[in-house]
Amino acid sequence: MQDIGEAFHLALTLVLSGDADLFEIVGLSLQVSLSATLIACAIGLPVGALLAVSRFRGRGAVLVMINALMGLPPVVVGLLVYLYLSRSGPLGFLGLLYTPGAMIVAQTILIVPIVAALSRQVLEDLHGEYAEQFRSLCLSRWQSITTLLWDGRYALMTVGLAGFGRAAAEVGAVIIVGGNIDHLTRVMTTAIALETSKGDLPLALALGIVLLVIALGVNAGVQMLRMSAAKQASYGAAANV
Amino acid sequence: MSDLQITDAVRLPRRRAARAAARPLLPLSVSGLRLDIPQGALLDGLDLTLPRHGCTVIMGPNGAGKSILLKLLHGLLAPTAGSVSWNGLPATAATARQALVFQKPVLLRRSVAANLDFVLKARGGNRDRRDALLADVGLAHKARQPARSLSGGEAQRLALARALATDPEVLFLDEPTASLDPASVQVIERIVGEACARGTRIVFVTHDIGQARRIADDVVFLHRGRVAEHSAAAEFFPEPRTLVARDYLAGRIVL
Ligand SMILES: Nc1ncnc2c1ncn2[C@@H]1O[C@H](COP(=O)(O)OP(=O)(O)O)[C@@H](O)[C@H]1O
Ligand SMILES: [Mg+2]
Repeated sequence: MQDIGEAFHLALTLVLSGDADLFEIVGLSLQVSLSATLIACAIGLPVGALLAVSRFRGRGAVLVMINALMGLPPVVVGLLVYLYLSRSGPLGFLGLLYTPGAMIVAQTILIVPIVAALSRQVLEDLHGEYAEQFRSLCLSRWQSITTLLWDGRYALMTVGLAGFGRAAAEVGAVIIVGGNIDHLTRVMTTAIALETSKGDLPLALALGIVLLVIALGVNAGVQMLRMSAAKQASYGAAANV
Repeated sequence: MSDLQITDAVRLPRRRAARAAARPLLPLSVSGLRLDIPQGALLDGLDLTLPRHGCTVIMGPNGAGKSILLKLLHGLLAPTAGSVSWNGLPATAATARQALVFQKPVLLRRSVAANLDFVLKARGGNRDRRDALLADVGLAHKARQPARSLSGGEAQRLALARALATDPEVLFLDEPTASLDPASVQVIERIVGEACARGTRIVFVTHDIGQARRIADDVVFLHRGRVAEHSAAAEFFPEPRTLVARDYLAGRIVL
């Protein structure tokens, strides 16, 4: 086993020299996890909003189920998606298995419950504040939902971020449906797992560093957006007159 | 409002409201109105008739049921028993033709102007009216400011402008000037007075006796979930008929 200090040195060299393999892996990771996050938001936010404004029989059970699905083990999602997409599976004809498409599908399934459950909570609180005013204005359910989604946009960014974080960090689902094929479906987490098991610590560490930097960068970006929004909300007056 | 049953005003077809628009909403006739919660009755057999025109002021001690009554009349709450009839229409069918200014204004997390645009768009109003409405409530210079950063008085004036943007035939106001500065109070009273002169039916809850004298045509005095007294303002203020109203006007505690 290599010296840890040496491994760190090599890792930094890889990052700073712009190693092509490294950046291909990083690029695919971002592409897969951002796509999954966008699709999951497109599905999960309306579901969360609808649940936030609706009262129906069995609503409690639906909420419990969605909350439970937040904890879906990635390997189980990977296995289920694998069964559907494998050649003999019901969706085998799509030929998605071992492609980035399959990885996007798996990560989307993994984080839709997160987006739906967290946005439901955020929007239900907001709706508690707005509901009587909405009813007084005779808004339709559709108008209520779109208004809540827009007015809750900054809180919902954090929800999207939670989804992205989970997608980018998981390894169980993408390794099963993607197969960790070099230059095709290898992403940061699967590469880290593989390189570590092969004993190539510098590449694994380099990927780990990049993963951390990306996580920090995304969080900082959203934080800054939120802060500028909060600032606008309280002191924006003078600048805008 | 957790214990109380809310109504289905939202789901009523819009066209029905539009078709009925030719017929006036007033007079209002309320009979035997009752609202129960597990702990007892909030309103207990309330009867009330409001004539076609004017400004009705609702007074009464804290907890008398004034806010609850406004919400029942506006169709936001469903009564346990009794009826609200807006010239034959149930309360939920009248909601769309009325507006309520809540005691605590609920403003959207958008600019002042966008708060009005939202209502004008949602209710199919003419968006060109926005600037005139803002100028009327003295908020033209704050149009681009986030609505949530307005002061209490400004927020309440925006809530009033938003209510007027829906062109209500009936305008409910629930203690709109409580804890506002004199300038904001004056603006609100002026605008309400102008709306009343244009034929908007005003129902105004206030604890401010001086204000009530200035704006009321008639006064409804609520006590313990019932109408204790309903008289013309000219009769109510010099000589209230009931003991509770007399105590209230004299500043004695009414329980
Ligand atoms: N959702 C509710 N559940 C139970 N009690 C309520 C509810 N809303 C109001 N009340 C009670 O009903 C009474 C009348 O309330 P309200 O109409 O707000 O009084 P006010 O005349 O001061 O406006 C009060 O005693 C209040 O505590
Ligand atoms: Mg009240």
